[in-house]
Amino acid sequence: MLTGKVALVTGASRGIGAEIAKTLAKEGAFVIVNYNGSKEKAEAVAAEINACKKAEDDGVNGAVTCQCDVADFTACGEMIKELISSYGHIDILVNNAGITRDGLLMKMSEDDFDAVIDTNLKGAFHTIRHLSRYLLKQRSGKIINISSVSGVIGNAGQANYSASKAGIIGLTKSVARELAPRGITCNAIAPGFIETDMTDVIPEKAKEQLMGQIPLQRAGKPSDIAETAAFLASDKAAYITGQVISVDGGMNM
Amino acid sequence: MFEKMKPIIAAQLSVNEDEIRTESNFKEDLGADSLDLFELVMALEEEFGVEIPSEDLESIATVNDVMEYLKSKGVEA
Repeated sequence: MLTGKVALVTGASRGIGAEIAKTLAKEGAFVIVNYNGSKEKAEAVAAEINACKKAEDDGVNGAVTCQCDVADFTACGEMIKELISSYGHIDILVNNAGITRDGLLMKMSEDDFDAVIDTNLKGAFHTIRHLSRYLLKQRSGKIINISSVSGVIGNAGQANYSASKAGIIGLTKSVARELAPRGITCNAIAPGFIETDMTDVIPEKAKEQLMGQIPLQRAGKPSDIAETAAFLASDKAAYITGQVISVDGGMNM
Repeated sequence: MFEKMKPIIAAQLSVNEDEIRTESNFKEDLGADSLDLFELVMALEEEFGVEIPSEDLESIATVNDVMEYLKSKGVEA
């Protein structure tokens, strides 16, 4: 489905990002596994993809890792430039890199707010900003931003995170409108409660409470998000742009 | 320089070369929108080997503006 495409997935060493990287690779894309701190985990993701490539030769085109802190505007510019010169083109950009610094609003420090905005929201702006000129020239491209149910309906204790994820939605829609005339689509996925390292730290009691808000009565899996991302990255979704797809078991409807 | 620019402008903006004059305004005379202008600048950057920062785009409205700009960056006429 994605043979011949090059995909850059940010924050792909763990959780949803890692699963997206593997799923896009399975569909035939050559995947760049971006990470910031988790070098070994990112290498393991790339190795797993490359092992499939050798084992079956089923159209898997492999993966490489690439370190870059997406919160750094200049570093993102350098990363995109290097990747383009190494691989010729990037067709799919998945802005997945994200962090949490949860806390009650009244106790939230400015640092906690800024750090989350810098990675989650500005990080997406940085990569889109630097990649867009190449996508314009190609007259094609698929941008997928990972938002969150928190960005759609809010979440107590996540003022910073939900602000960043709501910002992602505004960014997605503006980018979609701006680049649509050149055949580039931009969509967001808003995951609900997905079982990852990020949600593992939520206290049991809060988890139970969350579960009560999910009509499908189970937590989501990273693969639930990855399959949606693979669809949006494919030509099957060619006529979809500027949308926020909720993949949350019905939490928000 | 004008002769070299003509085919690039014509291709980027889908206009005939003979419609293009040095005094042509990209948006008003040649029907370009801001995205077209941005792409045109990218094509010119490639052709003439210069980098035109996005901030400087503001000052470019006509074909003549581009030629003046390129000259100021040391591109030979």
